[in-house]
Amino acid sequence: MNPETPCNNSGGCGSGSVDPGRRDVLKFLAVGATMATGAACDLEGFFRKSFRELSPADVRRMVTSWERKYSRKYGKAVTVSETGPMAGVKFGYGLDLSRCVGCRRCVYACVEENNQSRKEPQIQWIRVLEMDKAHGIDINHSDVYYDSAEVPRPGKFYMPVQCQQCDDPPCVKTCPVGATWKEKDGIVVVDYDWCIGCRCCMSACPYGARHFNWAEPNLPAQEMNPKTHVLGNRPRPKGVVEKCTFCIQRTREGLYPACVEICPVGARKFGNLLDPESEIRQAMDTKRVFILKEELATHPSFFYFYAT
Amino acid sequence: MAISSFLRGSGRIIASGDRAYKIWVGALLTLIAVGLFAYSFQLRHGLIATNMRDQVSWAFYVGNFTFLVGIAAAAVMLVIPAYVYNWGPIKEVAILGELLAISAIIMCLLFVLVDMGRPDRFLHIAPLLGSPNFPISIMAWDALVLNVYLGVNLAVVGHILFTGFHGKDYNKKIVIPLVLFSIPMAVSIHTVTAFLYNGMAARPYWNTAILAPRFIASAFCSGPAVLLVLFQVLRKRTGLPIKDEAIQKVAELMAYTMFLNLFLLGAELFKEYYSATEHLLYTQYFWSGIGPHKALVPYAWGGLLATVIAFFIFLVPKWRRNMLLLNIGCGLIYFGVYIEKGMGLVMPGMTPDTLGEIYEYRPTFVEWGVTAGIYGIGFLVFTFLVKLAVPIMSGHFTAVHADPATPAPDELGAEAH
Repeated sequence: MNPETPCNNSGGCGSGSVDPGRRDVLKFLAVGATMATGAACDLEGFFRKSFRELSPADVRRMVTSWERKYSRKYGKAVTVSETGPMAGVKFGYGLDLSRCVGCRRCVYACVEENNQSRKEPQIQWIRVLEMDKAHGIDINHSDVYYDSAEVPRPGKFYMPVQCQQCDDPPCVKTCPVGATWKEKDGIVVVDYDWCIGCRCCMSACPYGARHFNWAEPNLPAQEMNPKTHVLGNRPRPKGVVEKCTFCIQRTREGLYPACVEICPVGARKFGNLLDPESEIRQAMDTKRVFILKEELATHPSFFYFYAT
Repeated sequence: MAISSFLRGSGRIIASGDRAYKIWVGALLTLIAVGLFAYSFQLRHGLIATNMRDQVSWAFYVGNFTFLVGIAAAAVMLVIPAYVYNWGPIKEVAILGELLAISAIIMCLLFVLVDMGRPDRFLHIAPLLGSPNFPISIMAWDALVLNVYLGVNLAVVGHILFTGFHGKDYNKKIVIPLVLFSIPMAVSIHTVTAFLYNGMAARPYWNTAILAPRFIASAFCSGPAVLLVLFQVLRKRTGLPIKDEAIQKVAELMAYTMFLNLFLLGAELFKEYYSATEHLLYTQYFWSGIGPHKALVPYAWGGLLATVIAFFIFLVPKWRRNMLLLNIGCGLIYFGVYIEKGMGLVMPGMTPDTLGEIYEYRPTFVEWGVTAGIYGIGFLVFTFLVKLAVPIMSGHFTAVHADPATPAPDELGAEAH
């Protein structure tokens, strides 16, 4: 409930979201558990329900309390959107490997947009793999630590990888508490207040798309993006998993994801898979696309292609 | 009444003991203190206090967890012949296997807890209280079967000790069905734990159909190894009548399981090296390293060597009848399986990671400290349970003797060791 400061006892943090009977049942258990783990002075959070069990009224109440808390913490007016999926929309992503030059601008635009921890540890949702032209796509022999000041390097090509928003996501299957799920518009999201940090999803993801907050996220107030979404870029607590959400806070408002917008070579395409006129469908109709690790039958909504 | 006298008597037994016992308990308490200190550090700073990172996101804690599930499961190796075939020499010691199972499961649950990013949210996985992702999440199943197995063993052991304390025979109508139930349960805890890895198609090293059989086979090597050593210690220190026949029977069974364990390893290695696909990388990382990354190689070969030597010691009847050799064999197989499960399973499965990056993991001091603390707790629980069980089993600690009217606490303490 109180992601950053579990001891914060400011009122309202979702207290309304708890069924009183349930609270009584759990009271003595919670005290024991708190003493046992020593971690949780976050009793309000302890009694909360998972996000998907909350009523719309509960969600609104929580959103208001988060907005207050974040605004106080970061010293700016932070908004937390709860915009749901649009009817008739399923997001799809296209990446043109023949254009990508490996500049990693997408990586850093993503970090700035989505409020990732900046250092110790630095969390990046996009990994750009450098591979040999002579060998084609050979992920196991790729390099993510190349010097991006000198790209594109001779004989090399680049393949950015982020969450593929699979239709059959192994991460969702493996989560023991149902803290991650696929939304109707195809975005796989995480409930940061329900995740227990067991990291099963990280073992299950074939794309290295899930990232763990090994420490309290290091997000300087002046760099904090105040336009956030409940299931997206709102600040995360220590000890939970996070991932690319196709910039849910932007795309559900009709904007491009930050990585699409920043790409200097136009390698990134994005749109509604259900709309034949969309940019992504145009790319799929006119180019030949492929998906990553198709043998795992994860059925990604993320397509790679070579435009030239 | 009956319960409180049982508990009071038990407290006295645990608190009293000779010098060696007190030194042993003191050492375990020290380990626990180290563990608590390390864990409080980890809680404050987060799991960054470990060397786990996104590339290798499960490591030492999860490896230890996996190994100890095997130890817990192996208790059935003694329980099956004791209760199902009513084989006398093992029957009297089978309860010790169950005590070991209880201690091992407690350690397992603690290893899961310290590996969690949000241990304060552990109830989210509990049926009714949380939202366990049944039936699709294997982790949800694992949490369930481990707790049920713990409950069953606690019930059986608690009942046997309680009735033994009051000088009665245990109730067969309660114990036999529970023991029979605990046999498939034991197989299931290790199978489900294997499936946790096995089901992850993203990790080719784990995604092999013989993973669960290998788990069972190796557990039936390491679990009994602990018990064999324990039998000798108890025989010497408490005079508990454990026959050579029982020890040799268990040793003989272990020779079979050790063969099976090596055979399955060979089958896995053949498949990997002969087909030599891209998936060979993980096996290679463990056995020969990838380029300069060779952190696990000495452990791989050390573990294999230990396993093979132990196998021959247990295979040759003349050798396994030599108690010194037998004990060396027990140590070797315990070490071998620990390497196989602790380091040989979890870390190579994630090295290289799913995007081909090689991050060489080594545990930090905090991880060693927390691990030491958990083993301290497990051994302490086991020590107390055995300390309690032995006098009850041998009839020295019963309601008659423990009655406050009988002035026998000192004598009790003396008899308990």
